[in-house]
Amino acid sequence: MSIENNILVKLNEVGFQQNKKWLVKGVSLQVERSKIVTLIGPNGSGKSTTAKIALGIYKNIEGQVEKFTNNIGYVPQKISIDWTLPLRVKDFMLLTDNLKDDALDEALTLTGVKHLKDKNLGNLSGGEFQRVLLARAISKKPELLVLDEPVQGVDFTGEIALYELIKKISKKLNCGILLISHDLHTVMTATDHVVCLNGHVCCSGSPKDVARNNEYKALFGEQASQTLSVYEHKHDHEHSNDGEIKKN
Amino acid sequence: MFDDFFIRALVAGVGIAFVTGPLGCFVVWRRLSYFGDTLAHSALLGVTIAYTLEFNIAVSIFITSSIIALILVKLEKKTNLPGDALLGLLAHSSLAVGLVAIGFLTFIRFDIMGLLFGDILAVTTDDLLTIWIGGALILLVLRFIWKPLFASTVNYELAEAEGLYPDRAKAIFTILMAAIIAISIKMVGLLLITGMLIIPTAMARNLSDNPQKMVIFSIIGGLLSVFIGLFSSLEFNTPSGPSIVAAALVLFIFSLFKIKQTIQLKN
Repeated sequence: MSIENNILVKLNEVGFQQNKKWLVKGVSLQVERSKIVTLIGPNGSGKSTTAKIALGIYKNIEGQVEKFTNNIGYVPQKISIDWTLPLRVKDFMLLTDNLKDDALDEALTLTGVKHLKDKNLGNLSGGEFQRVLLARAISKKPELLVLDEPVQGVDFTGEIALYELIKKISKKLNCGILLISHDLHTVMTATDHVVCLNGHVCCSGSPKDVARNNEYKALFGEQASQTLSVYEHKHDHEHSNDGEIKKN
Repeated sequence: MFDDFFIRALVAGVGIAFVTGPLGCFVVWRRLSYFGDTLAHSALLGVTIAYTLEFNIAVSIFITSSIIALILVKLEKKTNLPGDALLGLLAHSSLAVGLVAIGFLTFIRFDIMGLLFGDILAVTTDDLLTIWIGGALILLVLRFIWKPLFASTVNYELAEAEGLYPDRAKAIFTILMAAIIAISIKMVGLLLITGMLIIPTAMARNLSDNPQKMVIFSIIGGLLSVFIGLFSSLEFNTPSGPSIVAAALVLFIFSLFKIKQTIQLKN
């Protein structure tokens, strides 16, 4: 861990190119302990690439990555389990770490899928699978969590609940979280710092600042920024009418 | 009772089955059966070199297969050919070069059939040592790299992100593949080694719902194949390798009925 400011990972002007095309360039950001940093941006804006650079999956990069922890939990955007490999949820939970059974149960209970423990991964629905992925990543109590679109395939109510959970996890485990989302207004409440990407850092700051930023508006349209304020207002009154918010 | 050579063959076969079980699972999971074939084909070249230089056969095969695996990795990076085309290229050219080289070695009498399909009569006490010591080493190393190898088989990026060094595990696994081919060529023959790796595993897949079970069933399948294959080889005077693989096939077919049953039970 870094002495200054509890920094867990720090990206300094990083870039990555594939087939002579820059996927991202000049990205700087840092994730601190018990803080949630959210990457947003349109498709192909380099959100996953940035996360993979931070994780050290991409190696021939420009710029520097400084990591101050090796205890990392990762939820990749896409993961397909081959049918040739019979794998139960509990086998999958032990994939990268040797965990005690109660640590495993605790994580599965938190994400609400403990009843699936003995089920085969291939028989899970998209939402259930996503919850298992999240449970696996948090089960080893990581210092840094990297979540690449962790709520895809989860229904809207579940989505908000999962973001609440992610927020709770960051408090409970005192870990830093790098969160990727294509959709700012649902992650709004669960984030401390937003980085808006479009091949480069287009703007960054607190969620409110980013929503008001002109470049953000240009990227996502005026509508998005309005939706955000509507949502923010609604949020003061609990999520009683989720469907309505969705329509807005 | 049985002749000495038959006991030796049994002991050798049991040793091999213990190793092909777990390795075979990874071959199936990582879709490497054609890769195994390529390494096995290149073993003929290794045998030729061993005879020419009067060198230990198993060591020579191990080195040749490892080099072929390295060449494959290089070619994959340098050319635009798909992986299966490169494997075919290396498999058949090394087999061809091996056979041509044998043609030149007129001063040595080769039992080509034995090399291709295995020969129980040929298993010596030295071979048993090679199989059991080599096999024990392979299993030991596999146990050591199990976690990263398995994690990266499920998802490479996850393993890499969480600090398991999957590339290193993959490289070591390739060496283990060359090693199992080197120690089992005399029993099963180079054309059928991949069969010994994947058919008991395929049977195990039909019977298992988790990876540990699949490994265990795969070993049991291999052991049964060796026993049934060798006894029928003795009984009907058939070549040992094909008899073992044919026995594995029969077990696989039986395992299909088990699937049918489970599906019916579910409905």
